[in-house]
Amino acid sequence: MKNTVILGAMTIAGLAAGAAAAGTLDDVKARGKLNCGVTTGLVGFAAPDANGEWKGFDVAVCRAVAAAVLGDSTAVEFVPTTGKTRFTALASGEIDMLARNTTWTFSRDVDLKFEFTGVNYYDGQGFMVPKELGVSSAKELDGATVCIQTGTTTELNLADFFRSNNISYEPVPIETNAEAQQQYLAGACDVYTTDASGLAATRATFDAPDAHVLLPEIISKEPLGPLVRHGDHEWGDVVRWTLNALVTAEELGVTSANLSEMAAGTNNPEINRLLGTEGTLGEMLGLSADWGKNALAAGGNYGEVFAKNIGEDTPIGLARGLNAQWTQGGLLYSPPFR
Amino acid sequence: MSTLTDPPKEQFRLSMLVNDTRYRSLTFQAIAALVLALAIWYLGNNLLQNLRAAGLNISYDFLGNSAGYDINQRLIEYDNQDSHGRAALVGILNTLLVAFLACITATIFGVIAGVLRLSNNWLVSKLMAVYVEVFRNIPVLIWIIIIFTIMTAVMPGPREFRGAEPTASMLFDLFAFTNRGVYTPMPVFGNGFFASTALNWLVVLAVLAGSFFVMRRVEAKATATQEETGERPKTLLIALAVWIIPFALLMLAMGLTWEVPELKGFNFKGGIKIGGPLIALWFALSIYTGAFIAENVRAGIQAISKGQSEAAAALGLRPSRTMNLVVLPQALRVIIPPLISNFLNITKNSSLAIAVGYADITATLGGITLNQTGRAIECVLLLMLFYLTASLIISMVMNVYNSSVKLKER
Repeated sequence: MKNTVILGAMTIAGLAAGAAAAGTLDDVKARGKLNCGVTTGLVGFAAPDANGEWKGFDVAVCRAVAAAVLGDSTAVEFVPTTGKTRFTALASGEIDMLARNTTWTFSRDVDLKFEFTGVNYYDGQGFMVPKELGVSSAKELDGATVCIQTGTTTELNLADFFRSNNISYEPVPIETNAEAQQQYLAGACDVYTTDASGLAATRATFDAPDAHVLLPEIISKEPLGPLVRHGDHEWGDVVRWTLNALVTAEELGVTSANLSEMAAGTNNPEINRLLGTEGTLGEMLGLSADWGKNALAAGGNYGEVFAKNIGEDTPIGLARGLNAQWTQGGLLYSPPFR
Repeated sequence: MSTLTDPPKEQFRLSMLVNDTRYRSLTFQAIAALVLALAIWYLGNNLLQNLRAAGLNISYDFLGNSAGYDINQRLIEYDNQDSHGRAALVGILNTLLVAFLACITATIFGVIAGVLRLSNNWLVSKLMAVYVEVFRNIPVLIWIIIIFTIMTAVMPGPREFRGAEPTASMLFDLFAFTNRGVYTPMPVFGNGFFASTALNWLVVLAVLAGSFFVMRRVEAKATATQEETGERPKTLLIALAVWIIPFALLMLAMGLTWEVPELKGFNFKGGIKIGGPLIALWFALSIYTGAFIAENVRAGIQAISKGQSEAAAALGLRPSRTMNLVVLPQALRVIIPPLISNFLNITKNSSLAIAVGYADITATLGGITLNQTGRAIECVLLLMLFYLTASLIISMVMNVYNSSVKLKER
């Protein structure tokens, strides 16, 4: 028994010691590699492709940060995390940043002591059911068995939704998206609920995607974004402004096609500041002057990343919707590079 | 003149602590204890300092906050507005339920397989050997997942019971086997003595216990008569009367009816639901641990000298009676100590429940609560405390039983 106590204390002490370390930017530079937490596999957002290479919308954020800091978009160690392990992994210092379609909430920001560095996807929780059930609204789901991923905000939203509509349900808690998909297809649950983007991505991998419908109700706001540990503001700034650089680049029309041309210098001072030919923004961040150019070279601007991974031409087929630029009626609005 | 002198009084010198074998072991033990205490103090202090530096403090206030999530299997009343503490309690009861069920069935499987493995029938003994080797050499998590997957894939969904020509139907119109669990009829007391169901069941238990004690008296009397006259009076009819009549009268008085499960909406409603996750976990833990228990039983039986069964055979006892009356009671003394550790393993292995979505304590307190509140250290400490307490209680109970059956030296 004594041994158990000692081992437990050592583990906890080890975890805590990791959390106390600061200066993530220096750590990453010294290591020459970015440790980035992603999902265990959600096609379109983060999943290894046939060659074992991680691809996706969240993965692109990791690659952009790695390119901005280290100048090499492949210098990323992807750490798959589940809904349950992700926060421990970040708090303990096992990963430098988490880009795992994680919802920005008050308690995660304030109580769990994390810092959300922006929103890369505005989402909401939806429901998917087999078409043959003949259900057209989530309010008809009284008595249904619902598969949910544990350790997510969806679990709480679900309880709230059914409670406020005064209908009952039976939850089936599932650890990962892949297991949930298997359970849902085997008919162990009638409904699968998670973020609408995740549902679309999951449905795209089915043999017969048309046999399943997404219900019209979106029952919550789910602003998904990358996050870092609270208290390390230099590192937080790097991640925040890398994401802003991708958004600003789309707004200013900088694409991977015209990047090298623009990097030679343009008439637009903001583009010049973004790409490092004017001003000292890179130096202020503690990075090289061409950090913005490197970040964009990794996978293009926000619009290109979106179109390539989850856009309408991909099997996932998500429309820009809320995730369009503010000039196009969406919510994407980056603070100015000045 | 002779004087008796006392042997020179030995002076205690510091060097004796190392050089004198009488003190040496004490010295080393004291040093080891000191080092251990220092190490624990250092680790504890390090933990507290780092927690403070990270701005974390240990607090159990969250247990009183509203949990906000639902649990699919509840042995006590619970809804998502109840506290995290109550959610943890629901989880604890679920853990204890599956551990209790699995301990019983694993023992049954183990005893049967262990005895049959020693059978003279070549096929039976080899089959049991295969069972033991296959089941104990594959991790229990894999068994849990295999059984659950087979269950969800093979059993019909509730949907298939519907329609004019359903592809699945209920057994005797009473039992429904679906991929979400098994639904059985539930006894309901129309005019019970109390408003609460639990109290009514206590009445039933009390009546059954009464019957049991009456039967003990009857048996004791029969034994006394047998020892006096050499002939045992027949007690079968009395036994039937003692067990059945009070029970039947009670059921009549309480107005027993059966609530049969019925397909309503998405699922079966009414009756008792034994959820798929519970069945998968229960069965997997039973067959896995049963394989270990089978080996314990075999070892126990082989530890009994062959002379015992030969003597029993010489007295004309049939092999089954030899096993039940002569060999197994003696073998129990060897079987029980390792059986305790198998029961502890079942309890601890039940924490794999989340793999199939069973809401045990690790899934509620150590999973959802931990995640939603972010109080990892507090939750893990509570989990450790729970499993430690549960294990110690199981060992205590089994040790009491062990001392009641072990060889008494007089």
